[in-house]
Parts: sequence; C-alpha cells; structure tokens
Amino acid sequence: MLEVTNLHARLNDGREILRGIDLSVKAGEVHAIMGPNGSGKSTLAAVLAGREGYEVSEGSVSYLGRDLLVMPADERAREGLFLAFQYPIEIPGVNNMYFLRTALNAQRRHRGEPELDAGQFLRIVRARLKLLDIGEDLLQRAVNVGFSGGEKKRNEILQMAMLEPRLAILDETDSGLDIDALKLVARGVNEQRSPERAIVVITHYQRLLDYVEPDRVHVLQRGRIIQSGDKALAVELERRGYGAAEEAA
Amino acid sequence: MSASSETLQTLRSLARESYKYGFITEIDAEAAPPGLTEDTVRFISAKKEEPAWLLEWRLAAFRAWCGMAQPDWAKLQLTPIDYQAATYYSAPRQSAGPKSIDEVDPELLRTYEKLGIPLREREILAGVAVDAVFDSISVATTFKEQLGELGIIFCSMGEAVREHPELVRKYLGTVVPQNDNFFAALNSAVFSDGSFAYVPPGVRCPMELSTYFRINAAKTGQFERTLLIADAGAYVSYLEGCTAPQRDENQLHAAVVELIAHEDAQVKYSTVQNWYPGDAEGRGGIYNFVTKRGACRGARSKISWTQVETGSAITWKYPSCVLEGDHSVGEFYSVAITNNRQQADTGTKMIHIGSDTRSTIVSKGISAGRGQNTYRGLVRVQPRARGARNHTQCDSLLIGERCGAHTVPYIEVRNPSARVEHEATASRISEEQLFYCRQRGLTTEDAISLIVNGFCREVLKELPMEFAVEAQKLLAVSLEGSVG
Repeated sequence: MLEVTNLHARLNDGREILRGIDLSVKAGEVHAIMGPNGSGKSTLAAVLAGREGYEVSEGSVSYLGRDLLVMPADERAREGLFLAFQYPIEIPGVNNMYFLRTALNAQRRHRGEPELDAGQFLRIVRARLKLLDIGEDLLQRAVNVGFSGGEKKRNEILQMAMLEPRLAILDETDSGLDIDALKLVARGVNEQRSPERAIVVITHYQRLLDYVEPDRVHVLQRGRIIQSGDKALAVELERRGYGAAEEAA
Repeated sequence: MSASSETLQTLRSLARESYKYGFITEIDAEAAPPGLTEDTVRFISAKKEEPAWLLEWRLAAFRAWCGMAQPDWAKLQLTPIDYQAATYYSAPRQSAGPKSIDEVDPELLRTYEKLGIPLREREILAGVAVDAVFDSISVATTFKEQLGELGIIFCSMGEAVREHPELVRKYLGTVVPQNDNFFAALNSAVFSDGSFAYVPPGVRCPMELSTYFRINAAKTGQFERTLLIADAGAYVSYLEGCTAPQRDENQLHAAVVELIAHEDAQVKYSTVQNWYPGDAEGRGGIYNFVTKRGACRGARSKISWTQVETGSAITWKYPSCVLEGDHSVGEFYSVAITNNRQQADTGTKMIHIGSDTRSTIVSKGISAGRGQNTYRGLVRVQPRARGARNHTQCDSLLIGERCGAHTVPYIEVRNPSARVEHEATASRISEEQLFYCRQRGLTTEDAISLIVNGFCREVLKELPMEFAVEAQKLLAVSLEGSVG
C-alpha cells in the first residue's frame, strides 16, 4: 500500500530532517514508528500527508501504486490517506458535525458515492460515538475550539472512524493522554484494523503499544530508520532507551 | 509546482468568471441629459408627476448639496467623481407605469430571471414579496394584493408618492434629513425610485419584503430611496439585494434608507450587497455611498440591521440606529469582504437617547488581495440615556500579505450609568487551518469558504434562511483568487 524509498526531505531553511527513509507498509498491517524527540517522526507524517514547508530532495513514495508526492494534500486525503494530528487545529465558528460531514461528503463525491444528508450522517456518527464512548456534545461545538487535550485527540479518532481511510497515520496521538483516554484511542485504532486498511502509529512512548499490537516496529533516529522488528523491539526500547538502539545499529 | 501556486492558478481562473451578474440588458431607456442643475431636479420631479411639496423638498436638498463638499474623512482612495458627467435619471421606456406584471417588458423579466429573481408571482418562493428596481424605476411589485388585505402597503416609492402622499410626507426625511450629509443631500435631490412599506399597528408582516436593485444603463447613477414604517406593535423583515453590469468606468450609487419603528414595533433589515466590485486591477466597479438609518421612535421598539457587503469598488456605509424610545434596541450585524482592490469603510452609529436602551454591534471584516477594510463605528450615550448598554465586537480576518484591516471606534458617553464594551480582534487564516481542512479532503477553495463562514457565523445566522444560503455562496465567490 505504501512504499517509501530512500526519502530525503528538508525544511525550507535547508535543514535536512529525513535522510533516507525506507518503509514498506502492506494493507492490513499496523506499524509503529518510534523515536526520540527531533528524530523526524512528525516530519515523516507531514511529508506523507503533503504539508507545505518541506522539500523532498531525493527518494520516492508510492501509495496504492501512485506517486504520492505529486498529489496535492487534499487529493491524498480523498484517496484515503488520513493523518491524525499531534496538535489538532481550531476552526472557530465551524460546527464540528458540519465539518465532519463536509469532509466525508468531499471524499464520497471523489469516490462517486452519493453524499449523505444531515439525517443519514447523524445516524452513522451516533453509532461511531457510541462505539468510541465519546459524548455527543462534541459534535455541537466548534471544531477543536475549547476542547481539552483529550477531547481533541478523541475528535481525531472520531474523524478517522467516520472517514474510514485506507491508510491512517497517527502522529503522537497518545501524547499527553491519561490512561483512560489512551485506552480510548487504542480502542479506536483497534476498531479500525482491517485487512484493507494500513495504520502507522507514530509514538514516543511504548505505552500505546500495550493496547495496540503492532505487526512491525521501526526505530527512527536522526532522519533514518535504524532498526526494525516485531513488537518485542518496542518492549526492548522501553527498557533500554533509544541510545542503546542507536549503538546497536 | 508547489500546492499553493497551483491553488493560486485555479483560483485565478475562477476569479475571471466570478462576477456572473455582469451582463447588460439591451433596452430602450429614457434618460435625463447628463449633469446636475435645478433643471435636472425639476425634470425628474416632472417625469414622476410629483406634487409641488416634493419638488420643493428636492430643491431644498439640491441647494443644500451645492454648499456641501464630498466627505473625505473615510479611509478610502477614490478617483474624483465628476457629478456633472453622470446621468441622474434613466428609465426603461414603457407607456405609463405597468399596471400588472403582464405589462412589464419581457426583456426586463428575463433580466431578473437571469439574476435569479423571478418576478412572476407563481414562480416566486412562497413568503417573499419582491419590488424590483431597474436603474431609476420600480418595474414590478409582487404579492401586493395579499399584503393589502392585511393593510400592509408595499410598493415603489413613486407609487407611494401618488397613492399615499400623506404617509410619505409625514415620514420622508424625518430620519435622514435632506441636508444630513453630502450623499444624502444628493439622493434627496435626485432620488428616482425605491421601495416603500407601511405595516399598520399590531400587524406582523407574514412574508419577507424584498427589493432587488439593478443598475443597468451606462454612466448612470442609481439613487433609490427606501422608507419603511412599522407602526405600533408591528413587525416587518425586509431584504435588499443588488447587482450591476460589469463596466470599466465607476458608477455611482447613493441610496438613502429610512426605517421607523413605533412603540413595540420591530424592523429587521437585511442586505446582501453584490454590486460589481471592479476587476482584479481595480478598474470599474460601483462607488457605493449609502446612508441608512433607523429611528426607534417608540418604547421597546427594535431595529436590526444585517448586512453582507461583498461587492462595490468603494463602500461607504454606516447603517445606524437612533434609540429614542425607552428600552428600545438597536442591532448591527455586518460582514464586509474586500478582495482585489476593493475598499470598504463601513460600520454603524448607535445613538442612545432613551433610558435603558441597548445596542449590539457585531462586525466581521475580511480582507484579501489588496483589499482595505475599515470598521468605523460610533456609540453615543446622551445624558438622558440612563442604564444604556452597548456591546461591540469587531473582528478582522486577513487573507494574504497585501491587504489591510482597520478599526476606528468612537465612543461618547454622557451618562455615568451607561455600560459600553468594545472588543476587537484581528487574525489570519493560518496555513495550519488550511492544511487541516485539506487533510480531511476539502479543496483549498472549500477550506477557505468554510473557515470564512465560520468566522462570519454570528452574523450569517441573523439572515433569513434563503438569504443565508445565498450569502454563504457569495462569500466563497467573493474570495476566489484571494490565496497566494
């Protein structure tokens, strides 16, 4: 589904952040990308999602057989690539439910499916809310405005559950969450696991991986994946720290 | 090509076709010779077969105007206007006034259909009565009979002068006097038509009253005059829409609107102004100099202005409320967008005279391109206005680096018990917001439109339903080409 080959990317100021990433994610898999602060985790997520401000200087990314890097960000989204933001953005005055329906309908239009009216949408979103144990009041507020940290993350998970992406990238969705919120996020991710869908979980800590079991774990350090393995690698990292991983590499 | 430059190109191509009301209707028109003298005023008055008092009233205005200078205090840059080069009266040539819709020139009806304003009653959305003003003349008023059964008068100003002279004479110029300001004096001298409505005591007008203004003829100013009166305990909601053809020269629009609310009466006045804004380089477009004022004459009366200003090259407009009655309420909700080279200097005046009067001002200014957007507002509390309260909220949104937003609040309080609050914010549409929306599948244009609509929400929710949908679309169109 996703083939990242020798990906180099730098900031507009010239600093190189990604220095040759290789990553292969197949449908049905859950990958965890771990690494210390500043290792390039969020940059990788941003480049894959098409955020401006980065220049890809080398390498390629193929997504569902297409060149991902030439697609504008919104087209990537409509092709099923979803990014759960580390810091979800506030949009004052825009009703959260309206936002979600607008997004879903933009994607449905793209796929040639009929748009959902308010009633149809409400039925679906209510079912998801129940499944994720999220209160309905979240829908009636302006997008992320005045949301607590936990609410923002829950809202990202709700968006993912509604948009049903082919490839979901979660950028430190677990950071700053208490244990209950963490479990809720984990539930959202596990609920999304399916043979057609790939999920990439980017995280600093191992603790989310207590609840979401990854098929592959990668260690990102200074813009490169220096080690890959199964879930045992995550446990080892937690025990020995990222420094040991670097030495081993 | 980066995503933003690509977006810019898409938007530019859209912007070229964005003003879809720019067509010209070929119609035989009868016009006054260009220029403005007492003879022009007499010509217009004679054309309209007006009574002597009204001619005198116009002449008084004309003389006042001759002694006045065009105001220059607004933050607007405009080419000098040659008042002697403009034409002050242009009317589609038809044998007398149309008695019914079937007598209206089919070419005119087609024009309004193109504008999405069908005048034939059977085709009209239920619940909206329309008066359509084409250049200087009202061409049709719909639903007149149904309204008449309730004692509601809704007709063109010209017809009101003929059929209800006592009402016109009683109220005309009592809110905006002939010599109020330069543009109001000009309008008072040469006003051609406009709408008139009177809602009798205790009657709640069952449908939205609406006027649609259209400038068609070249080099012609439009000077309509609207007068709405809600008698004691009455309620009326009124909508105003405007468009003009796309022309390279600037055209002048100087309207006057007067609202009167008696005891316990409510008037809600909504405008969606979409006059031709000029092209991306600032060529052409309407110069929109409008005086709108409402008088809350009676106790507990309420006047509410809602405006969505997206068009015009220049907007100079301050819909105001004079709160004379005790416990009367004035409201002003405004969205003003300036894109490309558009300039707007707009706001309101809330004059608190009676005790326990309240006013609310919510102004949302959006600047894009090289647009300049100024909020100018006055809150004045007179000595007798015990317990007066005002809340003003004034937000500016900037899109791009070359536009400007300015806030000029004037606050004058002469009663110590008054409470006046002013809040102002300025912000930008951030790259983060755009990326967040696009990451969920929205195109850049849809994302901007969503964010701007969110920004304007408090104002848009004040609009009547059918208008709100129109206004949302208009906001999106007005901002095309704004991201670079």
